[in-house]
Amino acid sequence: MADIGAGSKSRKVLVPLAAVALGFVLGSLVILITGRSPLLMFNAIIQGVTGFNIMSGSFNPRHIGELVVQAMPIILTGLCVGFAFRTGLFNIGAEGQLMMGALAATAVALTVRAPAAIHVPLILLAGMVAGGLWGAIPGFLKARFNVHEVVVTIMLNYTALHVNNYTILNVFGSVDRVKTADFPASALLKSPFLAGITNGSRLNWGFIPVALAVLAFWFILEKTSFGYSLRAVGFNKDAAKYAGMKVERNMVLSMIIAGAFAGLAGAVITTGTFSFGRALPAAEGYGFDGIAVALVGMNHAPGILLAGLLFGVLKSAGPLMQSAGIPREIGGIIQASIVMFVAMKLGIERLLILLRGRRAKAAVEGAVAEEAGV
Amino acid sequence: MAYIIEMLNITKDFPGIRANDDVTLQVEKGAIHALLGENGAGKSTLMSILFGLYKPESGRIMIRGREVKVTDPNVANELGIGMVHQHFKLVHNFTVTENIVLGLEPRKGLTVDIDSASKKVAELSKLYGLAVDPHAKIEDISVGMQQRVEILKMLYRDAEILIFDEPTAVLTPQEIRELIAIMRRLVEEGKTILLITHKLKEIKEVADRCTVLRRGKLIGTVEVKDASEATMAEMMVGREVSFSVDKAEAKPGETVLEIKDLCVKNAKDVLGVKNLSLQLKRGEILGLCGIDGNGQTELIQALTGLAKIESGSVLVRGEDIAKLPVRQRLDRGLGHIPEDRHRHGLVLDFRLDENMVLHSYGKPPFANYGVLNFEAIRENAERLIKEFDVRAGKGPATEARSMSGGNQQKAILAREIDRSPEAFIIAQPTRGLDVGAIEYIHKRIVAERDKGKAILLVSLELDEILDVSDRIAVIYGGEIVGVVDAKETDENELGLMMSGSLRKAV
Repeated sequence: MADIGAGSKSRKVLVPLAAVALGFVLGSLVILITGRSPLLMFNAIIQGVTGFNIMSGSFNPRHIGELVVQAMPIILTGLCVGFAFRTGLFNIGAEGQLMMGALAATAVALTVRAPAAIHVPLILLAGMVAGGLWGAIPGFLKARFNVHEVVVTIMLNYTALHVNNYTILNVFGSVDRVKTADFPASALLKSPFLAGITNGSRLNWGFIPVALAVLAFWFILEKTSFGYSLRAVGFNKDAAKYAGMKVERNMVLSMIIAGAFAGLAGAVITTGTFSFGRALPAAEGYGFDGIAVALVGMNHAPGILLAGLLFGVLKSAGPLMQSAGIPREIGGIIQASIVMFVAMKLGIERLLILLRGRRAKAAVEGAVAEEAGV
Repeated sequence: MAYIIEMLNITKDFPGIRANDDVTLQVEKGAIHALLGENGAGKSTLMSILFGLYKPESGRIMIRGREVKVTDPNVANELGIGMVHQHFKLVHNFTVTENIVLGLEPRKGLTVDIDSASKKVAELSKLYGLAVDPHAKIEDISVGMQQRVEILKMLYRDAEILIFDEPTAVLTPQEIRELIAIMRRLVEEGKTILLITHKLKEIKEVADRCTVLRRGKLIGTVEVKDASEATMAEMMVGREVSFSVDKAEAKPGETVLEIKDLCVKNAKDVLGVKNLSLQLKRGEILGLCGIDGNGQTELIQALTGLAKIESGSVLVRGEDIAKLPVRQRLDRGLGHIPEDRHRHGLVLDFRLDENMVLHSYGKPPFANYGVLNFEAIRENAERLIKEFDVRAGKGPATEARSMSGGNQQKAILAREIDRSPEAFIIAQPTRGLDVGAIEYIHKRIVAERDKGKAILLVSLELDEILDVSDRIAVIYGGEIVGVVDAKETDENELGLMMSGSLRKAV
């Protein structure tokens, strides 16, 4: 027990790092099997992060912008899943909460006329409220009737998809039966300035609310007494109840806040990446990416931020890999294997202990040799 | 006589602590050898090393005179070492036989030959006097029988050396007597038993020799017949231990807690507490005793707000709190040390300092306008650690999970006493603790009484009830069957009342 308990903080960082390293090793092996050089993949990834193509010596800042665009929504859905998880709830519904956020953002973008300084915050707020309310449903059902949140959130993902599509197509009037009319300029997060400095990428002001969301996640959970009671509920409901905390209310509030993160993601995508409301043929996978991001980020704000950026680069480097002759699916393989290795936490811990033990042993032997005057 | 187990000069380090420091343990074949020590003395670590769960930094292990390397529990099994863990490792919806053969199932073609397995189980249980029903499901049998299943598991695997880790902690007095008979029988059949415990009474009754550890160090090995309980206790704790609780005459004042006609439903949705009335006065300790499962848990939970009250009232200083939520009850002067410290008392994944503010995290100085003040939280923990002698490797930052049971309980006690409640409900305060910790906790409880608090002490340990209480109420079938003066009663009278065969006017 003491072996496992000690130094748990350093291992919280080491395990995901080791999982990421192993993920890249596995991805490299797959590339080797297909007869290519893994260096091409690493070149593509470095290009995705820094904009520099080492092999050709060229620089294109557009890649940096695209990385941020890919990372923004999954950081938010990661925060969504992570926040609920810290309260002991498994929120599979980030996808649906995101869609409701996108729908609310669309509604405010199309119906409200206001200067951008008011319009944009109003849209983001609407997205958060809608996502939060959509998250409140499973939270309330869990608290009041003990209905399992996994079942409810999965079903609400489908509900959200069809509510979104019905409303987009029938209420706001569709263009080609896939999207609404374009939003007014006052509703957009898009920025010619940001696009300009990143060579025409889709980079937009969305990164500001995303950064604020990461900060809010950290502040609420780690610094406030409300966050303390949420974490207590997440670790031990009985002890929380014994101490007089309102366990049921905390679960509902946690789901509302979690949903708000996903709703914000919906609003950022709709008014930043796009400029119109969209009807969707199927879920886009942001919710599941969020689960992976939260898992790799160990449900902590800095971890989720880094994991979101990592998965963002795997997505944004896909086209770069493809142009270097490496199948873009490699990114997916690496992402999946990182998740798998994190899930194999215990095995990785053993591996780390084994490695550390060997190093400690070598150090001891060295010391003995020194003492003997060798 | 030859030693069957020899653990020579074992040293084991954990980060920040040396759990075993040059410990030597030699066990004769066919003996019952006790390993005695306070919580955290290193008993479990030593046994885990023998069982292959930990690797020692240095030292040798010899089994039957041959040096061995026990690298994992499978090696231990092959060497004939079996362990009956304190918390049983059984599959609850499997039968007794299925649990015993798990991993070693006899086969008939592609299916498990459960009949021949049950036959072998029945033979074993007859040979060693271990009464079990091979076809009963684990979830339907008593804790005592579950333990016998664990023992049979070892015997089925031909274990010759049986390690019992605190085997009596979960048993009733009746079951303890049965277990002791079983242990004698096992030794008669040539098995060797290593008994980890901190209960001196049991060592005196059943063990041949006893090795004492204190804070990781070997203190000595004694022949049990030559050593008194007091000497062994002194070896274990490092100073003289008083078994009786020193306390002055109670000076009861006005009534603080009044329970009137309380009815509470239990988990099976029938009344677990029926029309129960009790009065608790300032400056007295009222002990509540009874056989486990006679409504104690329901009563505690109803008083503290964890279970719903069907009817009746609970008055704290004249105010009915029966319908108030937990926190408002606590704010009105109720205190609660819960029965189950892991389930209710602590958030095991929180640090010690976070656990110390489990009730008060939202109030100044620990939080201002909803923002936690970590400095105040840490200082609070430092103060309580010092005042209550809580031992934790990393001080306030220690994860509660990594602390020993005694220190966890001291931490809860510190937190609750510090709140200074007027009506204090204390349940099972010393369950699983060693004599040193028990002595300390009893002293603190009496000190609270002397400060004028009203204390309801709920315990399954009759000795504790008799030693600490001023008055004793006996609960049977959810009803109070009598309230007696602690000085004028004895185990026999209480025993009769606890089994429902005697009632005394309340």
